[in-house]
Amino acid sequence: MRLKGLTRTPYYVLTGGLAIIFLAPLVWAAVASVSPSAGTHQLNGYGFGNYETLYAYGAGLPTHFLNSVMVSGLTVFFVLAVSLFGGYSFAKFDFPLKNVFFLVTLAILMVPYATVLIPIYVVLNAVHSVPVIGWDLLGLALTLGMFQLPFATFMMRISFESVPREIEEAALVDGSGTFGVFRHILLPAVVPGIVTVGLFAFLAAWNDFLAPLILINPTAEQPLPLALVIMRQQTMGLVDFGSTEAGVVVMAIPCIVLFLLLQRYYVRGFMSGAIKG
Amino acid sequence: MAIIAASPRGKAGSGRRVGWKRSRQILGLLYAMPTMIYVAVFFVLPVCLVFLMSSSSWSLLTGSKAINFPDNYSNVSAGALFWPAVWFTIEYTVLVTFFLVGLGLGLALLVQEGSRWIGALRTSFLLPSALGLATASLLYWGLYSGSIGPLNGVLDAINSTGIRAGLIDPANQVTFLGSGTTALLSTTFLIVWKFSGFYMLILLVGLQAIPHDIYEAASIDGASRWQTFRSITLPLLRRSLALSLILCITGSLLAFDQFYVLTHGGPDNTTVTVVQLIYREAFIRQNLGTAAALSIVLLVALLALNAIQFRGIRAAGDD
Repeated sequence: MRLKGLTRTPYYVLTGGLAIIFLAPLVWAAVASVSPSAGTHQLNGYGFGNYETLYAYGAGLPTHFLNSVMVSGLTVFFVLAVSLFGGYSFAKFDFPLKNVFFLVTLAILMVPYATVLIPIYVVLNAVHSVPVIGWDLLGLALTLGMFQLPFATFMMRISFESVPREIEEAALVDGSGTFGVFRHILLPAVVPGIVTVGLFAFLAAWNDFLAPLILINPTAEQPLPLALVIMRQQTMGLVDFGSTEAGVVVMAIPCIVLFLLLQRYYVRGFMSGAIKG
Repeated sequence: MAIIAASPRGKAGSGRRVGWKRSRQILGLLYAMPTMIYVAVFFVLPVCLVFLMSSSSWSLLTGSKAINFPDNYSNVSAGALFWPAVWFTIEYTVLVTFFLVGLGLGLALLVQEGSRWIGALRTSFLLPSALGLATASLLYWGLYSGSIGPLNGVLDAINSTGIRAGLIDPANQVTFLGSGTTALLSTTFLIVWKFSGFYMLILLVGLQAIPHDIYEAASIDGASRWQTFRSITLPLLRRSLALSLILCITGSLLAFDQFYVLTHGGPDNTTVTVVQLIYREAFIRQNLGTAAALSIVLLVALLALNAIQFRGIRAAGDD
């Protein structure tokens, strides 16, 4: 349906106004984080006082940032490592109970986040005596990876299915093993799927709040979103809005950069992809 | 490897073909093994455990004590906050779904054709979706605040007009998060801002799948814009609309981050959602058994709702 009837000027005013409403809060956060304001750490003139406070907060911004990078990186690694082989198997092989296994993987989508997090908390706590640095982060990444498996497995399955069987069979006849076919023929063909799955897993892990809230105890292992929310709580009474907005900017920049870099790709993936009609 | 390498369409003897088939099966299982182990350990096992926990007296610090079925389940509905939380979650879900799907559809209709301007519009509408929910909530927490928020001028205007008209009690002025109603509306605004670009994208996919000649035929027949929208666009958009509805309803029923950050369930427990109740039961009241029972109640409710929705879509798809 085309809205041809709208003449040009009202159309530009309406859509331009909407675009401003969507962008204004983002711009405001960036400006507010460097603006002078009473009760923040930027009292006189514009500057980075709020960022300095944020930098020194808790175990230090670099630590929390690094935790977030580690958790997100590990999550992407686990999800890709598992779903590549899983997608290949579900797309190209037949074996007993295949569809049952696939459906159980998709069933993760049906179960509320909190319902699985409470028992995972109990399980991870039970094996918590293992004195390994970063143990909590590893458990968190494995948990976040699990939540990504339905989308990732589904996406990798349809990516592998869209590679014509003839190409694969020709290579098998030429004497390649299934792993050789996988590595040299199928893998290059499913790169778009890999990028999509990786991007979604990264953003989900980078932004997640509930799982770290439940699973992470020591301050030194808190990822950024959790550290930011706790920072705000601990200063209740003397609430520091300025540093909070500085934290919002630090959290948002990687997401926005990734989104802008990959948006053509992401939007096109949606447009041509799985949910037609 | 020689057997595997044989072409499946080769004229191999039947014995050889059976062998080939069996080795393909084993290979398939091997490739699926990492996924199966991962799902078993981090999903199937926890789900079994949550059923066990819901039937036991299980405290956060001391762990399992004894089976006490069905005490946890009766504790759930006896809790003072249970029905208010259920009601609030439903209220929130209805409000958010109405505005999100409505605005998503409106935006999708505005940005259908490809041009530079429209590309920029799509990007602006989608940009908030890239942020995390906790991040966006913290952003709005500052935006709504009395100290650095830029919207206080608007609030002051509302308050002074309201006081003059006798609608607002001077001792009890309106703030964004100060009462249950305004907190609900302010949170809904945040969610609509953050997610409507995403729903725009889903509905845009549906809109672009509608063949162009149907519209041309309608305009030749002299159909008005509203008639075209009602009898062509909406029916043909049914599946995308259904997908949006399911995603939106499920997501809203599981709301947590936005209320944890913005209101913490307050003021006076007026904005406690079901998932917040699970969190409080488990980690503040330290009663994992009741929390597990509550999360199973939520699971069953969601499964039932999804079954009804899928049945509705299938019925609608038949005509």
